[in-house]
Amino acid sequence: MTRTTAPVPPRPRSCPPYRGTRYRTPARPLVAVQDPEAVELTGPVFGAADITPLDHDLTRQHTGEPIGERITVTGRVRDRRGHPVRGQLVELWQANAAGRYAHRLDQHLAPLDPNFTGCGRCLTDDEGRYAFTTVRPGAYPWRNHVNAWRPAHLHFSFFGTAFTQRLVTQMYFPGDPLLALDPVLLSVTDEAARARLVAAYAHDLSVPEWSLGYRWDVVLDGPCATLFEEDGR
Amino acid sequence: MTAPHAPTPSQTIGPFHGHALPVVDGGAIAPVAHPETITVHGYVYDGAGEPVPDALVEIWQPAPDGSRTGAPGSLRRDPVTGRAAGRDGVTFTGFGRVATDADGRWAVRTLPPGGVPYLSVALFARGLLRHLYTRVYLWEEPGDTLLASLAADRRATLLARPEPPRTYRFDLRLQGAGETVFLEFSGAGRP
Ligand SMILES: [Fe+3]
Repeated sequence: MTRTTAPVPPRPRSCPPYRGTRYRTPARPLVAVQDPEAVELTGPVFGAADITPLDHDLTRQHTGEPIGERITVTGRVRDRRGHPVRGQLVELWQANAAGRYAHRLDQHLAPLDPNFTGCGRCLTDDEGRYAFTTVRPGAYPWRNHVNAWRPAHLHFSFFGTAFTQRLVTQMYFPGDPLLALDPVLLSVTDEAARARLVAAYAHDLSVPEWSLGYRWDVVLDGPCATLFEEDGR
Repeated sequence: MTAPHAPTPSQTIGPFHGHALPVVDGGAIAPVAHPETITVHGYVYDGAGEPVPDALVEIWQPAPDGSRTGAPGSLRRDPVTGRAAGRDGVTFTGFGRVATDADGRWAVRTLPPGGVPYLSVALFARGLLRHLYTRVYLWEEPGDTLLASLAADRRATLLARPEPPRTYRFDLRLQGAGETVFLEFSGAGRP
């Protein structure tokens, strides 16, 4: 390339914005609720009947083995004070190894896998731990902008002890070159916060001759009644 | 907060949660054929006035006796097939979850909440970076601090419209004219 003396233009945003937000984001500020008696400081509970013992293993929901790189993903769910969130529901959904969801509206021309639906759930244990066995999802295109691709990701849903702690988010894989180009991930503008959505490869969690391990810990935001009782505030 | 306990950021629910989250009987919060059952229904609209066909509405509320402990069983699974089994028809869990249909419509059947005049709502949708909280007020109570703090036109967005018998209409408008009042709770719980 030839060198020019022209001033360097400001670097454009590395990525177009997430267009779907345009008509769906409220224009008015949120209204703060200060009520210590708010119903939202408590939340729903789940139990053994809400899951089956195989729901955490997405590779065993059909008669055959799904195609793809088998992974185990585990971590702890805690509140802002670091206390484990026990016995709460964790839900997972994802594309298959080729990057296609088993959803009729997903018309990406990648193969469906008859042995993979891509949905799982489990309850956290006494230490707030969840664990899933699944396959690594593929990247997939979407129509946000020309040549837009979502990096490989797992969708997660968490419940805490309060409805205010509810969290739906996405987990990403370390070292993925698409992370720097993804408007959905970049919608989290703080770099340190973005990094908390990327799992760590954990060799100690890899099972010999079976699966690769990833660790991803989660902290639920938002107040709950017990949080403030313990604080004595 | 210290770095180790910094909260995990939210991300959009996206369009493809349909196999994972909505369940059979998710909106059937009231026990089967309970005589006090009410129906609460409405539409979700975006800022262009278009219905939102891929939203998820979650409801949390006290039981009619005012208890807020909830109960398991909202999302029961059949251990034989692994599929959704529906509720047991008896237990009041306090939790409901329904997806909007192609017209952007949602509906739940539940029992009136005890001790408060509202149902709590968490709304999830593609294009929302974080879910939104609001409340469906089934009736007004003079001492309600949230309603009292709002101007009349804003307050109106939280009031369900009675459609007798025992039915209430509540639309959610994400943006623009008649935008629903959405809530945040970061200061809740502090005296
Ligand atoms: Fe996705």
